[in-house]
Amino acid sequence: MNSPHFSGFGLGLRPVHYQDFLTRTVPVDFVEVISENFMVDGGRPLQVLDQVRERHPVILHGVSMSIGAPSGLDCDYLARLRRLADRIDPLWLSDHLCWTGTGGFNSHDLLPLPYTEEALAVVCANVAQAQDTLGRPLLIENPSSYVTFQSSEMSEWDFLAELSRRSGCFLLLDVNNIFVSASNHGFDATAYLDAVPFERVRQIHLAGHSQGKTLLIDTHDHPVPDPVWALYDEACRRAGPVATMIERDDDIPPLDELLAELDIARSRAAMAREAA
Amino acid sequence: MKLQRLQQDFCAYLLDQPSAIEAEVAGDIDVYHHAYRAQLLNCLRDTFEKSWSWLGDEAFEAAACAHIEAHPPHAWTLNVYGEGFDQTLAGLHPDDPEIAELAWLEWTLRRAFDGPDGDSVDPGDLAAIDWDNAVLHLVPTLRLGTVTTNCAALWSALAESETPPAAERLPGPNDIRVWRHGLSAKFRSVDPIEERALRLVLGGADFAELCAVLAAELGDERGTAEIGRILGLWLQEGVLAAISDHPADRLPIST
Repeated sequence: MNSPHFSGFGLGLRPVHYQDFLTRTVPVDFVEVISENFMVDGGRPLQVLDQVRERHPVILHGVSMSIGAPSGLDCDYLARLRRLADRIDPLWLSDHLCWTGTGGFNSHDLLPLPYTEEALAVVCANVAQAQDTLGRPLLIENPSSYVTFQSSEMSEWDFLAELSRRSGCFLLLDVNNIFVSASNHGFDATAYLDAVPFERVRQIHLAGHSQGKTLLIDTHDHPVPDPVWALYDEACRRAGPVATMIERDDDIPPLDELLAELDIARSRAAMAREAA
Repeated sequence: MKLQRLQQDFCAYLLDQPSAIEAEVAGDIDVYHHAYRAQLLNCLRDTFEKSWSWLGDEAFEAAACAHIEAHPPHAWTLNVYGEGFDQTLAGLHPDDPEIAELAWLEWTLRRAFDGPDGDSVDPGDLAAIDWDNAVLHLVPTLRLGTVTTNCAALWSALAESETPPAAERLPGPNDIRVWRHGLSAKFRSVDPIEERALRLVLGGADFAELCAVLAAELGDERGTAEIGRILGLWLQEGVLAAISDHPADRLPIST
């Protein structure tokens, strides 16, 4: 299953900016939406998304697939996501390398996986189930994490590379998540990038984070900070044509502030590619 | 399956149940313990904004935390997590029924907001309907609930950022219908005759049965007048999704 390259710069579509997207010409190459917010029966959310889709390509980004669930994926969830994808015809669908619950319990959080052969086999099987049901390739995003497991047998970057190789999925590289996890677990973020199979990367996420009690927390409530921009430069030097998107989920500023931040991404990407 | 056991232990830790997960990890697992509760608390705050405003921060957070501990989520969507929060509030505040009723109203409006779309009836098509065989179809978001307090007035004042009136008991139980008209989730208090008509239609009565029941209970003249009034109201307010004249469209009579 192939996923075409798409090069461009986009933003997350959030309710506070609906009016802007419906009434202005917004200079973005695509928008990304949280899939679950639109996996509803009807009403305003779907109508807004239909109207925005007439103006911009859309990426469906999920948080509830639970690709690391040993019991397999929720068929009702996949069927709903398929209906939304058929309606919107997205550039692609993505979700996180994580799990969300077990035994019927759903934490609604992106919980970390141990990087073991067993987990790799589970995730590969689930990616196959998702891609078969959805009829489209899936992009898997590296998460921010706050623990590592004694049982892990490989690094996150090796896990992702092997996952992509075995399952045929593509990658969504969140450079803020790499920065947060590198800081929390003491690994070298540049070494992470060196190991990423960039030919499989179709999208990059940028975001801000916060300092927690002892760790960095992936809060998406600040502008992209300088160290994350620097890591983005490194990623752009290694990447082919990719879509770059800024994620802002809390303390969301006026749209023009985010567009100015997206312009920074445009110019840094151009400079990084010239330098490469 | 080692992964399954590890995930069960992780979830047990999140839910404050006995767990061996801390021996398996390095880092700060408490971040996940906190994030789980914070996410659900934010969900309840977002869904029950007016109940939060009415109760105040402390009482709302206490109720939300009690609900979160008693009701771990099971669905893949947070959209349904507010289900039953009105019952948690009813249990915590038995002497202040307006609290649970306000929460019921907010929850039902929220469900109507992104509930299934319904068609609307074009008044120009009414003349062609075979009323002897007509079946009324209500919009799929329509819900009917009984309240005993002025929760509707509280909701309206809070929606307008006005000082809400004092909570009051109504002289008797009153029904409220909640539905979505176009893209707007709405509610309205209904009088006993409209309530009777709504319950008959929701129970599967066709138009002829509806007319017969109201005529028997109110007399022919008043029954006919009330049917006209109610139909006009439902058409104007987008409560009717369709009027068909196919007997096969009848819903099964609920018992």
